[in-house]
Amino acid sequence: MSEPEEKQEFNITVYTENQIGLLSRIAIIFTRRKINIDSLNTSPSEIDSIHRFNIVINESEDVVRKLTRQIEKQVEVLKVYYHTNEDVIWQELALYKVSTDVIAEKVSVERLLRENGARAVVIRKDYTVFETTGHREETDNLINILQPYGLIEFVRSARVAIIKDSDGFNRKLREFERLEPGEDVIENEYLNQGQKVFTM
Amino acid sequence: MEVAQETLTAPAATETVQVSGSVALLEALIAEGTDTIFGYPGGAIMPIYDALFDYNDKLNHILVRHEQGGIHAGQGYARTSGKVGVVFATSGPGATNLVTGLADAQIDSTPLVCITGQVFAHLLGTDAFQETDVINITTPVTKWNYQVTDATEIPEVIAKAFYIARSGRPGPVLIDITKNAQIQLFDFAGYKPCDHIRSYRPKPIVRTQYIDEAAALINNAKKPFILFGQGVILGSAEQEFKAFVEKSGIPAAWTILGAGAIPTDHPQNVGMLGMHGNYGPNVLTNDCDVLIAIGMRFDDRVTGRLDKYAKQAKVVHLDIDPAEIDKNVKSTVPVWGDCKETLPLLTAAIAKKEYPEWLAKFNDYTKQEVEAVIHNELNPTTPEMTMGEVIKQLNEITKGEAVIVTDVGQHQMVACRYAQFNNTRSNVTSGGLGTMGFALPAAIGAKFGAPNRTVVAIIGDGGFQMTCQELGTIMQSGVDVKIVILNNRFLGMVRQWQELFNQRRYSFVDIQSPDFVALAAAYRIPGKLIDDRADLTTALNEMLSTPGSFLLEVMVTKENNVFPMVPQGCSVSEIRLK
Ligand SMILES: Cc1ncc(C[n+]2csc(CCOP(=O)(O)OP(=O)(O)O)c2C)c(N)n1
Repeated sequence: MSEPEEKQEFNITVYTENQIGLLSRIAIIFTRRKINIDSLNTSPSEIDSIHRFNIVINESEDVVRKLTRQIEKQVEVLKVYYHTNEDVIWQELALYKVSTDVIAEKVSVERLLRENGARAVVIRKDYTVFETTGHREETDNLINILQPYGLIEFVRSARVAIIKDSDGFNRKLREFERLEPGEDVIENEYLNQGQKVFTM
Repeated sequence: MEVAQETLTAPAATETVQVSGSVALLEALIAEGTDTIFGYPGGAIMPIYDALFDYNDKLNHILVRHEQGGIHAGQGYARTSGKVGVVFATSGPGATNLVTGLADAQIDSTPLVCITGQVFAHLLGTDAFQETDVINITTPVTKWNYQVTDATEIPEVIAKAFYIARSGRPGPVLIDITKNAQIQLFDFAGYKPCDHIRSYRPKPIVRTQYIDEAAALINNAKKPFILFGQGVILGSAEQEFKAFVEKSGIPAAWTILGAGAIPTDHPQNVGMLGMHGNYGPNVLTNDCDVLIAIGMRFDDRVTGRLDKYAKQAKVVHLDIDPAEIDKNVKSTVPVWGDCKETLPLLTAAIAKKEYPEWLAKFNDYTKQEVEAVIHNELNPTTPEMTMGEVIKQLNEITKGEAVIVTDVGQHQMVACRYAQFNNTRSNVTSGGLGTMGFALPAAIGAKFGAPNRTVVAIIGDGGFQMTCQELGTIMQSGVDVKIVILNNRFLGMVRQWQELFNQRRYSFVDIQSPDFVALAAAYRIPGKLIDDRADLTTALNEMLSTPGSFLLEVMVTKENNVFPMVPQGCSVSEIRLK
């Protein structure tokens, strides 16, 4: 840890209670350190009443480790993990709105859909909406293709990520619910595993 | 179900009683052991104050003169009593006046529960009269906060608030209660304290593996060194700490919030760390081979330049807050846990040892510091008095038994350096935030928290003028606080920096003061001004023997500097004696 660490994309996964105000508590931890959040997604998890945040930032691991400890310190946060892109499977969803006339006249729609793994979500007289999911480069690709044909509107979701090496949160949650949780929950993973941290 | 009544004795858990949110709040406070509340009323908290009217016999409410005074008093109370300080304020300006104190309590880990009134729930977000978004304003400066809009939430929320404030690493909690919730009647089924929150882990299970690794490092060390902070006091681990220090034989130095965790004159207590700390502990930080940090957080005022801080040492860090471990200084062995639990385990695992030569090195540095700084500060030959000699005299008279509450500035550093602390919970100061205006109200709270102890506030002429309205609180409550103003007619600490680092360009540090003694007199508080050394002992004795509060203003040298000093951006071994 002596040489300064390279910045790279990290996927931070936060399990929280569903509590008003928590988003700002978590956001403050980043803004206070002047760290830009590249992507933030929050939604209910597979477990009733537990929310899951996916946060993407570009930082060194040392900074990410400190941030995650600060996030986990929040009273309503159950658990925080961080992973590099290699450790997760991730997707972003993109929607593209183009003029139906233009697209029907000038583009081989079938080829476009096939080659980009896109789907038509809505086809109206005036416009058509396509959808793709994938990594940033993949969704960017379709923008480049459609731009010359007058892309009217484009939107991309935040990243969602599934952790490859994870048994999910159900069992952990039961531990949390106990007054005397076992070592598994109470132990501090980052202290326990030194540098190799936050596996589930 | 029974009929509504104004106050009630805690009902049995099975019965329910119709009460207002305000009554439920007060019952909850009593159940949590609250005896004193510091506060200031206003429209949005009137229902709570109305209910308080009938609780006179159970809850002692101290009317402060400004909400900042209220929260600093709450902090002083918490720091001397070890209990949770409770503060009331109204919405809007009342609530925003708490922000400084919240930030102060947050950084110094002081347990507080602040209750603010809020506009009616249906007015939230409409810019109603005295509405402010208190939750968002206070989020970064609270351990937890919550807005109550329905009275039925109150018992559970207050239970959570106290549990969070006092457990784990303590801190301030703010509960904002809308006016409708204060008035609303509901079926109160009694109060149940909180001892578990699903998402909150105040204490880890201690891992013996780290204890063993730490013990191995300590047992093999040639020049080990202990740094201790307020964690020892917050964990009520003073006895456990003393046992560890004495069995290990290791020299120990303190951060200002750790002062008093073991007596100042303990033979292994080698002094204060940091920017204005002692010479030996600073220099030898860069000489030791194993650094054992206990309940301290390597604040930059302690470490100076981090890249030149204790690079040669293996670091064992004991802390309850995992976010502190490796935050500033990378630890070799992290001992995550409550030091009340980890210290006895560590003590059991280490060999009994002594380090006479190593300890002597500290004493050599002390000798140098005495010659270069301390002797002149405590026994000056100049006609004017020094801050140090006032503290020394005070010490001799109080025999190190007083609670010393300090404000922020040169006098703070001098008081912390030279005051003697025989007991824990004796040094009440604003450490992490460095809040001028802290001392006068904090001293009021400190006395309520430790009514049987002598409480002396040491305050600069600048800081005193920030919250001197609290003399009114002293007058009305009759609290016994001894106030010593060390008047150097400057904002001394800033002037010192300007002298040392800005070529004596004294930009706006020359501060005029009112006649402090006359001001105290206006509040019916006796006082005295002295500017002659010959009067010092008599005046201090008069102050201490006068029943009730007393204000003593001591004129001290205008341009005295606090040394040693680690200049900003320098390493601890570059500490300057002059
Ligand atoms: C609220 C606040 N404002 C400004 C400062 C910056 N500050 C630190 S020490 C100091 C001077 C304090 O002067 P005084 O109270 O007279 O004490 P002295 O240093 O002379 O002992 C100032 C202005 C501060 N710490 N707190």
